[in-house]
Amino acid sequence: MYKYDEYDHAMVDARVAEFSDQVRRRLAGEITEDQFKPLRLMNGLYLQLHAYMLRVAVPYGTLDSRQMRMLAHIARKYDRDYGHFTTRQNIQYNWIKLEDAPAILEDLASVEMHAIQTSGNCIRNISSDQWAGAAADEITDPRPWAELLRQWSSFHPEFSYLPRKFKIAVIAANEDRAAMRLHDIGIQIVDKDGQHGAAFYVGGGMGRTPMIAPLIKDFVPLDDMLSYAEACLRVYNRYGRRDNIYKARIKILIHELGADEYRRQVEEEFKHVKSLGIDPPKAEFDRIAAQFAPPPLDASAPDAIDRSDPDFAVWVDQNVAAHKVSGHAIVNISLKPIGGIPGDASSAQIDLMADLAEKYSHDELRVTHAQNIVLPHVRKADLYAVWQALDAAGLATPNLDLISDIIACPGLDYCSLANARSIPVAQKIATRFSDLGRQKELGELKLKISGCINACGHHHAGHIGILGVDRKGTENYQLSLGGSGAEDVSLGTITGPGFDEDGVVDAIERVTDKYLAERTEGERFVDTFRRVGMAPFKEAIYG
Amino acid sequence: MVEHIHSDGEEPAVTLDAFLSQSNATAVRLEPDEDARALIPHLDRLALIEVAFPKFRDGRGYSSARILREAGYAGELRAQGDVLVDQIAYMKRCGFDTFAPEKELNSAHVEAALARWPEHYQGAADGAVPIWKLRHG
Repeated sequence: MYKYDEYDHAMVDARVAEFSDQVRRRLAGEITEDQFKPLRLMNGLYLQLHAYMLRVAVPYGTLDSRQMRMLAHIARKYDRDYGHFTTRQNIQYNWIKLEDAPAILEDLASVEMHAIQTSGNCIRNISSDQWAGAAADEITDPRPWAELLRQWSSFHPEFSYLPRKFKIAVIAANEDRAAMRLHDIGIQIVDKDGQHGAAFYVGGGMGRTPMIAPLIKDFVPLDDMLSYAEACLRVYNRYGRRDNIYKARIKILIHELGADEYRRQVEEEFKHVKSLGIDPPKAEFDRIAAQFAPPPLDASAPDAIDRSDPDFAVWVDQNVAAHKVSGHAIVNISLKPIGGIPGDASSAQIDLMADLAEKYSHDELRVTHAQNIVLPHVRKADLYAVWQALDAAGLATPNLDLISDIIACPGLDYCSLANARSIPVAQKIATRFSDLGRQKELGELKLKISGCINACGHHHAGHIGILGVDRKGTENYQLSLGGSGAEDVSLGTITGPGFDEDGVVDAIERVTDKYLAERTEGERFVDTFRRVGMAPFKEAIYG
Repeated sequence: MVEHIHSDGEEPAVTLDAFLSQSNATAVRLEPDEDARALIPHLDRLALIEVAFPKFRDGRGYSSARILREAGYAGELRAQGDVLVDQIAYMKRCGFDTFAPEKELNSAHVEAALARWPEHYQGAADGAVPIWKLRHG
C-alpha cells in the first residue's frame, strides 16, 4: 500500500488548514454560499436534503485496517453510526454538521486520508480494479499507475474549474471490474513487446446521455502518461461546452467533434506538452510501485478448503474468487443483506472488517464500485474463520453478482437531485428474490438502480437497470435491459412505459421468468437478451 | 506577487480582434472563448495580456495563461474579473502575475492563500519544482 512521505503529509495538512479557514469564513459570513459551494465541493461536502453529506476519498478503493477503523470512528462520532460505500469506491456520511467538517478532515489526515476532489468540477478520486494485486488475470498491479495519476491530479492548478466533473479509472486486466469504458478517461494497462503502457479510452460516461468511451490511443508509454492525460484534459478544458450543464461532460465534446478530430487535437497538444518536462522519471514510478509490492504470501499454503459446513460452502462458491497465488483467495464481503440498504455498513461492521483484514488479509481491504468490500489476500485455510466472523455480523450474504447484489444510489431518501427513491425499490426486489436457490438459478444478474437521470446507480450499465423519474408528481420507474459495465460493455435499452414501485418488481419477475424459459445452456441473462432481443421480453412484460 | 492594479495612465487593453487588426497596441484582453495561441506570433511586442474571468467557475483562462507562458510570454499576465481569494493560488501557478478583481480582496487573505501550499505535485507555469523532482533530486 502507498505510504505518505513528508510531502504527501504536508499537502494534505495544507488542505485541512485551507478548508478550516474557508469554513470559518463561511460561518462568519465573510463568503457567500455561492462562493463557498465550489470550495466545499472540492472537499467532498455536499448540501443534501436533510444535512451536509461528506464524501471521503478511498484512492483506487484500497485501504488498511487503521484507515478502515477511522471510517468507523467518524461514523460513530460525527454521524449516525453508519457509512455508505459508493460506486466510486468511496464512503459517504449523510448526517454531517458543517462545523464538524474541519475536525473530520483532521482525523482523516492522521491516517493518510482526505476528502480532496471527491466532488466539484475537477478530477475526481481515481478508481480501479478492486482485485488489483490479487486477481489471477491481471498483467500487473494497476495501482501504481493510479497513484501517479492521483498525485498529478491533486490540486491541479489548470484543471480545478473544468466544464464538469472528471472521472478516471485504471485497470490492468482483460476482465473489467471497474466499468472502465464508462469513465471520462478509462485507462487499461496493456503489454506491448514486453513493455507496459496505457491504452486511453476517452469520453465515456453515464448520466442523461450515456456513452461508451472510444479508444483514443492504444499505447501510451509510462514516460508519457501524464503528458498525454494533460493534453486530453487541456483540450477538454478549452473546448468542452460550458453553456449547458447537461452537455458539459467530455463525452459530449468528443461526440460532437468525433473521436478522430478529438484525437488529432490531443496529439497536437501532446507534442507541445511533452516538451514541458512534466512527466516524472521512472524512479518515481518505481518508488510508488515498490510500495505496492505483493504481500509475502506462502504459495505452498494448503489449497484445499474444508466444505463440510454447507452454509459455508455456499458462501465460498458465490463470494470467494481465485487469487493469483496458490493457497489463497479473494474474499468478497457483500454489503447487500436481503432487505438492507445497498452499500451501508454500521460502525461495528466496519470495525469488524478492519479486524479481519488485519488478522487474515495482510492488513488490506478494498471498496468495490458495486458497493461491496473485499479482503484481497486470505489464506484458504482461514476462510472458514473469516466466514464465521462475517456471518455473526450479518456480513456473509452469499449473493455476489446475483440479482440481490444491487447497486443503488441514495435516491430521494437523501439526495437533493433525486426524482425518486432507490433504496425501497432495491429492498423490495431483494425481498421478492430472497430465495437463494432462485437467485442462483438466475445466475449472474447485475441489477442497478438510479433515482434520477444523473445515473449514480449505473442503471445504463445494468443487465437490468431501473431509472426513477418523477411523472406528474409521482415516482415512476423505467426499466432497461441489456447493459453492462464489464469488458462486454453495453448500454441498456428501455423496455417501454414505466411502472410504480410494486409494478417494477412484478415486471422484473416477468423478465426473469422469460429468461429462464428462453435461455440455452450456460447463457447468462444478458447473453440471452443479446441473442433474442427485446421483443420477447417486451411481450412478457406488457402482454 | 499580487499587486492591486490601478489602471491610471496605463494603455487600455484592446480586444483580440482589434489587436490582430491593429499592429501598434501593446496590451490585449482575452475573453474565455478566445484562442490564446492567436497571440503567439506577437508576444514580443506585448506588455500586458489581460485574461477575463467573467465567472470564477469558468476555468478556460487557466489554460490560456499556461499556453502563453509556455510559449515564452514574459510580460504582465493579468487575471481580471470574478477573481476570488480561493482561486488566486491556482492562477499564480498558471502564470498570472497580477490580479484585477472586480471586488477588492482582503490582502491578508491573499497573502495567506499564496503562502498556503508548501510544495506542488505537478509542474505548471510558475517555475515551482514539482514534488517528484524534489524526491529524486
